[in-house]
Amino acid sequence: MVGSKPAKWLPFFLIGSTLLFFYLPILIMMVFSFNGSRSLTNWAGFSTQWYTQLFNSRDMMAAVMTTVSIALISTVISTFVGTVTAIGLSKSNKVIKETVLMISNLPILNPEIVTAIGLMLLFSAFAIRRGFATMLLAHIAFSIPYVILTILPKLRTLDPNIAEAAMDLGATPWQALIKVIVPQITPGIVAGALIAFTMSFDDFVISYFVTGNGVKNISILVYTMSKRINPTINALSTILVVIITIALVLVNALPMLRKKERIAIE
Amino acid sequence: MRKLIQFKNVVKDFDGQLVLKGINLEIMENEFVTLLGPSGCGKTTLLRILGGFIEQSEGQVFFDDIEISKVPPYKREINTVFQRYALFPHMDVFDNIAFGLRIKKTSENIIKQKVTKMLKLVDLDGYENRAVTLLSGGQQQRVAIARALVNEPMVLLLDEPLGALDLKLRKEMQLELKKIQKEVGITFIYVTHDQEEALTMSDKIVVINEGEIQQIGTPTDIYNEPENRFVADFIGESNIIEGIMIDDYRVFFDGVEFECVDYGFEDNEEVDIVIRPEDLDIVEPKHGKLVGNVISTLFKGVHFEIVVQTANRKFIVHTTDNSPIGTQVGLHFFKEDIHVMSKMGTY
Amino acid sequence: MKAFRNLVKPYLFWMGVFIVIPMLLIILYAFTRQGNDVMTFTFTFDNFIKFFDPIFLKVLGKSLQIAFVTTLVSIILGYPVAYYVANTKEKTQTLLILLITIPMWINMLVRTYSWISILSDNGFLNSILKAIGLSPVSLMYTDFAVTLGMVYNFMPFMILSIYTVLAKMDKALIAASYDLGANRLQTFLRIVLPLSVPGIIAGITLVFLPAVSTFVIPKFLGGGNYMLIGNLIENQFITVGEWNFGSAISLIMAMVIMGSMLLTRRLDRNVEESDKGVNHGNGGVMYGRQ
Repeated sequence: MVGSKPAKWLPFFLIGSTLLFFYLPILIMMVFSFNGSRSLTNWAGFSTQWYTQLFNSRDMMAAVMTTVSIALISTVISTFVGTVTAIGLSKSNKVIKETVLMISNLPILNPEIVTAIGLMLLFSAFAIRRGFATMLLAHIAFSIPYVILTILPKLRTLDPNIAEAAMDLGATPWQALIKVIVPQITPGIVAGALIAFTMSFDDFVISYFVTGNGVKNISILVYTMSKRINPTINALSTILVVIITIALVLVNALPMLRKKERIAIE
Repeated sequence: MRKLIQFKNVVKDFDGQLVLKGINLEIMENEFVTLLGPSGCGKTTLLRILGGFIEQSEGQVFFDDIEISKVPPYKREINTVFQRYALFPHMDVFDNIAFGLRIKKTSENIIKQKVTKMLKLVDLDGYENRAVTLLSGGQQQRVAIARALVNEPMVLLLDEPLGALDLKLRKEMQLELKKIQKEVGITFIYVTHDQEEALTMSDKIVVINEGEIQQIGTPTDIYNEPENRFVADFIGESNIIEGIMIDDYRVFFDGVEFECVDYGFEDNEEVDIVIRPEDLDIVEPKHGKLVGNVISTLFKGVHFEIVVQTANRKFIVHTTDNSPIGTQVGLHFFKEDIHVMSKMGTY
Repeated sequence: MKAFRNLVKPYLFWMGVFIVIPMLLIILYAFTRQGNDVMTFTFTFDNFIKFFDPIFLKVLGKSLQIAFVTTLVSIILGYPVAYYVANTKEKTQTLLILLITIPMWINMLVRTYSWISILSDNGFLNSILKAIGLSPVSLMYTDFAVTLGMVYNFMPFMILSIYTVLAKMDKALIAASYDLGANRLQTFLRIVLPLSVPGIIAGITLVFLPAVSTFVIPKFLGGGNYMLIGNLIENQFITVGEWNFGSAISLIMAMVIMGSMLLTRRLDRNVEESDKGVNHGNGGVMYGRQ
């Protein structure tokens, strides 16, 4: 814009200090994962002992296993159920669609702790022993609404006659679904699965209330360990940070490299 | 008429890509000027430079003899009707139109008077409290015009304002815009790629292509006396023929020497020749200056569009009398129907 | 498409079991007295009456106060960040948004826990203060630490939801405002800010809701005795075993949150209207969990 020259340093300073605020704890956590002592505040020289301890700790490895297996299983199931439901909803009438979405979104709109105690009461009312299975069921339950919310908009942009066209050409409804609809909403399904996976992977509140029998995921382990400071958590988190950052950078950088800079003239 | 705006050798490049290649243009007071050209030709860029939304890379822009390149848009006595209107969605019709006056801290009393007057001008009385998001395209268009004009600018810039309307509404708005311009008596600078729109409304047309002005003139000048092949081709339909200017008033093409009214070319200069389809007449073969066969004929409502294949080319002819396909016909035209253009172009 | 409609049916059953019944169970527990036998229920208001004790009301008040301050700080700090990010080049925007998003993908407990190393008496911050010759400050286990932890965790939601609206805003509106004589400040106050209200409202939902109910942040940064409503509920279920009272508190909290949200929406009468103009979508909602 002609004639408007805002101070350049202000945006730079603001964005910079905000990013510093967001990353400082993460950086400190990573630094202290290499600390020579148990302290999380005093630096006692470089060491990789916490990484060794991490891989030798049965508790930690069990928590990692629980977290990963629950995340994987719940992602597969919630993505499948969510996709099927979203397709069904896209063909349902408005009243059914809105009612289902209203109920389905309750766990998203409610504070997490309310969803958590609801599920806890449910399992107790049906006298189901709390542990791995209840945690898995709970994770599937809170992931499905997010999967549906991610896939529905993709279905809305689809040509409404596309399934009819397939069936007109001789496909059965099932074939139309698999060969025509699903391929077109694949990006949405992938995005939904990704959300389901990360939600499950990072979940604490719901897992905490519905678990039992000593089954712990990483979050629960961190919470219960908070009294006894232990840098193995830092080591584990550092590994996760590195993995997540690499994955995110790859996911975001690839399309950015492909997209050529366009110049709008007219 | 007083000179109001002057572009002096204006150049604009976006990241090394030249969009305007040295524009020199003068615009007078009370003129309806149209910047006409295909999309990507630089016409909107020129308009945006005048509006103050981008700055030229080289050259000067004068407004009332004052250089305004460094003046921010909100200090220019110029208002714009944007391509997609850019109405403020959180304000109703009245507040949209009153926006500029409120910025200038005009008293609410006067604002009410002026807005009411504007609504009458654009035929929207009674729409004060409507939400702009609920108006039709044509109505939004009118609000956008009223919002700009209420500030009593000396110049109104219109950036393809009718592009989003359907054909019938477009025709109506073309006449309406012309009427409004006469009523408020200020300069309108209008950007379009639609040659018919330009011919209908303008006092002066500036034809632009690839960042360069091709021709400036009245609609009749531009239509009847195109300066070069591009203008002839872009405005209306034409038969464009390559030929040689033998001497003043004598041109040679398609193996025949013709008498014409053009002069001032070099002897034996290679030139482009335009003959408009409506200037060609179909006559008996023996009376024709050229002879050919009808190879297609289309009824266009007012006239027939007939394509005649001669020895050297196809001629498009617009005529009210049909000739059946396959008949041998003669093509007749008068010497003033031949329009000779330099290959270089004057600009 | 009758055949496809049936695809919804399994989920209807699932929703009944995993969403509707749990809600009903909370209500049932909230209105009954704890009995020895699971199948005998005695209807009562006692659990709600019990909550109207100054001790518990104070906890609720404190939770709302801290959540309110967190939300306010998130708007004040987050808005300018979102604004400047939205005004950078497209490539820079993608990068900055990625940088703001990455921390949200890292376990929230771990990130919050890390603040202890910064804030504690001989932590990172105090070492710096000492190094530049200032006297150390005691920050841990204060309201400040808890609020900081919440701002740290929830402000990205605010930034992202405001950014989404600002980035989608039609740039021609800003050009039109300049064109009509408004300067930068006037354009911001009259055009940009009002049009970004839907983003702020969405941001408030995403910050206030988890801030009221979290119990991890107060536990880590406020200490074992620091009590917000989330901790109260946790205690009833995990430590004390008073499920009925815990359910009643949850219901009260849900009601209070719903009330605050309705109030927020009321603050801007035009939300519905401007929603049409600037479609902010649900970009931020996806990350709406702790």
